Amino acid sequence: MSAYEKVLLARAKDRPTGLAYIQNIFTDFIELHGDRRFGDDPAVVGGLAALGGMPVTVIAIEKGADTKERLRRNFGMPNPEGYRKALRLMKQAEKFRRPVVCFVDTSGAYCGLGAEERGQAQAIAENITGMMALRTPVISILVGEGGSGGALALAVADQVWILENAVYSVISPEGCASILWKDPKRVKDAAGCLRLTAQDMEELGVVERVIPEGEKDFAAAYQEIRTALSDSLPQLLALPPESLLASRYARFRAF
Amino acid sequence: MNLMGLFRSPQNELEKGGKEAEDAGIRNSCPRCGVLLPLSEQQENMNVCTACGHHFRINPRERVSYIADEDTFRELDGDMMSRDLLGFPGYDQKLRNAKLASREKEGVACGTAQVEGTPCALFVMDPNFMMGSMGTVVGEKITRLFELATEQSLPVVGFTVSGGARMQEGILSLMQMAKTSAAVKRHSDAGNFYLTVLTDPTTGGVTASFAMEGDVIMAEPGATIGFAGARVIEQTIRKKLPQGFQTAEFLLEHGFVDLIVPRAEQKRAIARLLRVHSGKPLPAACPPEAGEEERA
Repeated sequence: MSAYEKVLLARAKDRPTGLAYIQNIFTDFIELHGDRRFGDDPAVVGGLAALGGMPVTVIAIEKGADTKERLRRNFGMPNPEGYRKALRLMKQAEKFRRPVVCFVDTSGAYCGLGAEERGQAQAIAENITGMMALRTPVISILVGEGGSGGALALAVADQVWILENAVYSVISPEGCASILWKDPKRVKDAAGCLRLTAQDMEELGVVERVIPEGEKDFAAAYQEIRTALSDSLPQLLALPPESLLASRYARFRAF
Repeated sequence: MNLMGLFRSPQNELEKGGKEAEDAGIRNSCPRCGVLLPLSEQQENMNVCTACGHHFRINPRERVSYIADEDTFRELDGDMMSRDLLGFPGYDQKLRNAKLASREKEGVACGTAQVEGTPCALFVMDPNFMMGSMGTVVGEKITRLFELATEQSLPVVGFTVSGGARMQEGILSLMQMAKTSAAVKRHSDAGNFYLTVLTDPTTGGVTASFAMEGDVIMAEPGATIGFAGARVIEQTIRKKLPQGFQTAEFLLEHGFVDLIVPRAEQKRAIARLLRVHSGKPLPAACPPEAGEEERA
């Protein structure tokens, strides 16, 4: 499969969205709203959930499963409020020493007027440093599109996992083709050059784990994630926060 | 020493600058007001348009000469160079061109210096090297500078200018946002001071990481500062953007910049901020200088 075919799969409309992962992997989800500063961003969903007997904070970028939902969720392109809500929930998790699990699926942070006015760049930067210093375990899972800084803002974690057909890139192949070759039609070439597939991520050391996907049926993937989280989170929780932070620093220092 | 200088002499009168340019009658046209400025006059005025105050983009060497005390800048990692890590088509050639255009080896100069006698670590990004884009070497140099500054309890002063992450290094350039931010955070948690000076343009992944992480954020007048490019936003919202959108003044108004300081006053402002954070008793208050507006 070519890199561009992977991009199309990662963007496919019938692919499960963030909420589906929360609902199929955890139980007892209680959604919590708002960034306590400006508003509540429907493109980012977060709250409390249970994984077996373990309370966790879960956060997902939600693209919306149908047209109406997609419009309401701004197609999964968060505004600064979305990132600030996520960071608020992560700090809450830190206080109660709950692990954090993030599901990342976005073409990127929203490029709008209001987003700039309210500090999109500042919100992303604050999430990156905030997550880097979070004294509780974080695992981020790229489940669809991992679009640049808007995805990284929820993916500074102790471990980063990716689904077999998800992608992660510094720029969209369309953006790359139009900047580099002034030709948006060369999107396939760009997708190949950018090295954005899950397999590339594994090779480049950007992720710890690639989650296999079934044929159109994600039940196996949900199960795999549930098992892997049940295995990894208690191990990470057992570490003293100082060594957790030291390993997280070393993980990103290596690039 | 700049090795490129060994192999390449200035190729036109503009590059020679200074007296020779004046003799040759070289003039630059101001991109904002269009006035034709004699190059010598522009350089004497710190590359600020004498007619409209437009701040020209400048290279790290000029910047250092405006800010650091004479002969105090000690460059670090000046020989570090990027490689084409992903086999990205055309990247090698782009790097060669950037080295010729900038006469530098990479898009940021890092080192230690003194500003009015206060020691600091200093980084200055380069608009002439692939528009200051951040690849692994830019990220590594800045990270090392913060690590050194943490070790030696030095404040960091950073001048940003960047089009964002360097796409020819793919996901590895995105990871630099996390790497640099991690080092900034450690430096900060150890109680050290970090001042960013945002210059034209500061956008994308650099704005969304270390540019916005300063304890104090200063900006140059009129600088474009933002996350997304103006064209991308216009295509997204299908509307023209208002006048002055994403300027330093716009960010100040919206609460994302602490102060806007013209180039000629930056050294003094930076020195004052460094002194306040030096942990040493401040000199006895001097009466305000004539014409100076006292707000503190």
